[in-house]
Amino acid sequence: MDVVTLSRLQFGLTALYHFLFVPLTLGLAILLVIMEIVYVTTGRTVWRDMVKFWGVLFGINFVMGVATGLTMEFQFGTNWAYYSHYVGDIFGAPLAIEGLMAFFLEATFVGLFFFGWDRLTKVQHLFVTVMVAMGSNLSALWILIANGWMQHPVGAKFDMATMSMQVTDFGAVLMNPNAQDKFVHTVAAGYCVGAMFMMSISAIYLLMGKHRAVALRSMTVAASFGLASSLAVVSLGDASGATIAQDQPMKMAAIEGMWNTEPAPAAFNLFGLPDQTNHVTRDQLQIPFALGLIATHSVDTPLPGIIPLVRQNAGRVASGSQAYGAMETLRTDPGNAAALATFTAHENDLGYGLLLETIGADVLHPTPAQIEQAAWATVPPVATVFWSFRLMVALGFYFILLFAVMFWKACARKLDRSRALLWITACSLPLPWLAAELGWTTAEVGRQPWTIDGILPTALSVSSVPALNVAISIAGFVIAYTALFVVEMFLMVRAIRKGPGQIFAPPDLVRVLPGFGTAAPSPAE
Amino acid sequence: MNEYEVFRIIWWALLGVLLIGLAVMDGFDLGAAMLMPFIGKTDAERRVVINTVGPVWEGNQVWLVTGGGAIFAAWPMLYAVSFSGFYFAILLLLLSLILRPVGFNYRSKLHNTRWRNFWDGGLFVGGLVPALVYGVAFGNVLQGVPFSFDDTLRMSYGGSFLGLFNPFALLCGIISVTMLIMHGGAYVACKTEAAVRDRARLAAKLAATALVVLFAGAGLWVSRMSGYAVQKFAGTDGPSNMLLKTVARVPGGLLANYHAAPAVLLVPAIGFAGALATIFLLRTAKHAGLTFICSGLSVAAVIGTAGVSLFPFMLPSSSAPNDSLIVWDTSSSLLTLQIMLVAAVIFLPLIILYTSWVYYVLRGPVTLATIARDDHTAY
Repeated sequence: MDVVTLSRLQFGLTALYHFLFVPLTLGLAILLVIMEIVYVTTGRTVWRDMVKFWGVLFGINFVMGVATGLTMEFQFGTNWAYYSHYVGDIFGAPLAIEGLMAFFLEATFVGLFFFGWDRLTKVQHLFVTVMVAMGSNLSALWILIANGWMQHPVGAKFDMATMSMQVTDFGAVLMNPNAQDKFVHTVAAGYCVGAMFMMSISAIYLLMGKHRAVALRSMTVAASFGLASSLAVVSLGDASGATIAQDQPMKMAAIEGMWNTEPAPAAFNLFGLPDQTNHVTRDQLQIPFALGLIATHSVDTPLPGIIPLVRQNAGRVASGSQAYGAMETLRTDPGNAAALATFTAHENDLGYGLLLETIGADVLHPTPAQIEQAAWATVPPVATVFWSFRLMVALGFYFILLFAVMFWKACARKLDRSRALLWITACSLPLPWLAAELGWTTAEVGRQPWTIDGILPTALSVSSVPALNVAISIAGFVIAYTALFVVEMFLMVRAIRKGPGQIFAPPDLVRVLPGFGTAAPSPAE
Repeated sequence: MNEYEVFRIIWWALLGVLLIGLAVMDGFDLGAAMLMPFIGKTDAERRVVINTVGPVWEGNQVWLVTGGGAIFAAWPMLYAVSFSGFYFAILLLLLSLILRPVGFNYRSKLHNTRWRNFWDGGLFVGGLVPALVYGVAFGNVLQGVPFSFDDTLRMSYGGSFLGLFNPFALLCGIISVTMLIMHGGAYVACKTEAAVRDRARLAAKLAATALVVLFAGAGLWVSRMSGYAVQKFAGTDGPSNMLLKTVARVPGGLLANYHAAPAVLLVPAIGFAGALATIFLLRTAKHAGLTFICSGLSVAAVIGTAGVSLFPFMLPSSSAPNDSLIVWDTSSSLLTLQIMLVAAVIFLPLIILYTSWVYYVLRGPVTLATIARDDHTAY
């Protein structure tokens, strides 16, 4: 495999892995705040025990997020060096501000959350928990501002003198509608993960007939929070869809497997088998008008199909080639007025010109066939985004249903009446993770072939490192991450089995083996 | 001075502040982790050492996250060249740092001797390897690393992983390790009592002594090493394009700034003075707080010395000196530097404020008695 494929593989693997822990942190942090508010206002110690118990699980998960998060930040430099140079002026700022504003807050207070119970008043400790939750959610905000800019690069301009993108309007980067939609959709997804985690584990306790006091209360909190979150994640995802339809029409067309523009309002494909080579989607099962309504929130705005968009992009590739040519001229002859005029006229298509380089064509003198090929390269893997999107949406509706039923049971105080329902809840535990990973796949695979939509092709973003290096680092991450996952699951399951109030085994004899320093028994023994 | 120049200098200094923040704050918990297997002779003693840093190390490590982000935002090309060039060193750093959160959090969750010994080993490696890699990276930056650009500013790197571990870089790596052991020892001495404290003091004293000798040795070495000098460039407000200047290799180039402005000799002098004061104060256990401050000053000044010696270079290229990264051609745009400064001015004081509150809440020593009392909740 080449360095581009390997670098993408590594980024995908480490991002999907990191994103196993992040949503749970986001959701559980808020749930901890809710439970601690109940404790502080009512003074009932069962709620404190709940905060402590779920807090331990939060802690086991949190450290994994921290351990894998650093990899994400450093990976831009190690594996995507040209990207880092090309867009660091805009992309780096949200990452740095994330550290300053959010991660410091979260990581500084998380220690006090665990170790501050005896040193702080109730209200002070609640304050600490709120800071942790705020830190983690703000952290998501800045990361998604960065990601939103990759999807829809606003407020920036190419600068020839530095061969990089430079920020022109930071406010536009912050207020990027794509980023705002992504943020609310993603944190709501995290809240669903947290709610399902708490609800499913409580269901397991009820099935086992253990820890009833904690389980019933936890389930009530989780079901109500989960219902609100699942409603939010679906409706905010819908808002996100409308933004995508506007800013990333190709991604929207691919999500729909819609090859030709259909008369408005377009139909929604419930089922279909997209065929990327023949440019058709087979065996379609359609809901009339639904897509047009969802994507444009109107009945008369047409949505462009993939083939017309490719036609349009072919023009942009040819235009980008001219911009590239003018840039070459200006590099040797900066005063050339004709070249400057050409460049100014075509600079918005420069990224499309760069696509020619990724297919191995001469950027300055492409043949019509190469332009065609480059234009078709702007189509993401249709079947992948088509299906990951559909599964995600189906899961979203399932979550609304399940949380609604459990919420109703909680209100009727009949949570533990139906064992079948408890089993269903327990078995639903992994589903929100699946939905979250599918969402990431839709968003990021749907962005291909770009790292920065329309600006910088993925294939040109990589570092100049040998493919072997990347293969070795992938192997390193896979081994380390797998080992960590085993340890994490072991501790998580163990803590859940022990249950509230007895997380840790009673003290027994522990000796240090000789190996470092000299061994001696603890005075305690 | 033009505005762009001012902001570039501010961000050069702020990069120093973030790296010093990393070394002073995260440095002591790296040092404590390195010392833990040696100054903790029993499980309980090791837990004492671990719990001196347990509640705070996570916040400390954010200096690394923020430092990485700030280099990305303010010095994109430095971030791109150094991280991709030092590919395996960064991988080594990441894989060893991964051991830390799990090591701290998971170690004491099981009452099993082999489990705990395993994670003690993990924490030791997670302290030693990052300390070594930081120092080795500095050692290579001081000498220059082999990289060059094509005319679209795509970088190609000519070095190898093993090449990073050359003698001078290894010396810098060892300086970094001894410096953080000194600092970690000084911290543990502040936060513990009795036998653990005495062992920490001894370790810190030995490390500080070694630091004085090694730092002086590195100084001598540098005086015989060739450095770089910018001869022609596009101006302090020129575009961030590395291909617009000429750079010459000159003998003793890393000392040029000390000849030009002898006042900056104060920086390495503080490095020595802080370490010597640490040795002196460690004779008794009475001035633990002051000792920690002196050791922190020494750490800050050692890092400052590297920065002052290099200026205006950020990363010289040994294979194509003209392509070196300097303060005047590596930064982001003026607007980004301004926005980032606003963010730093707002948030750094806040960070210092709430971090201080957290340390205040956690004040007081960690002892065998507190570990026995909090057996279920302590790390």
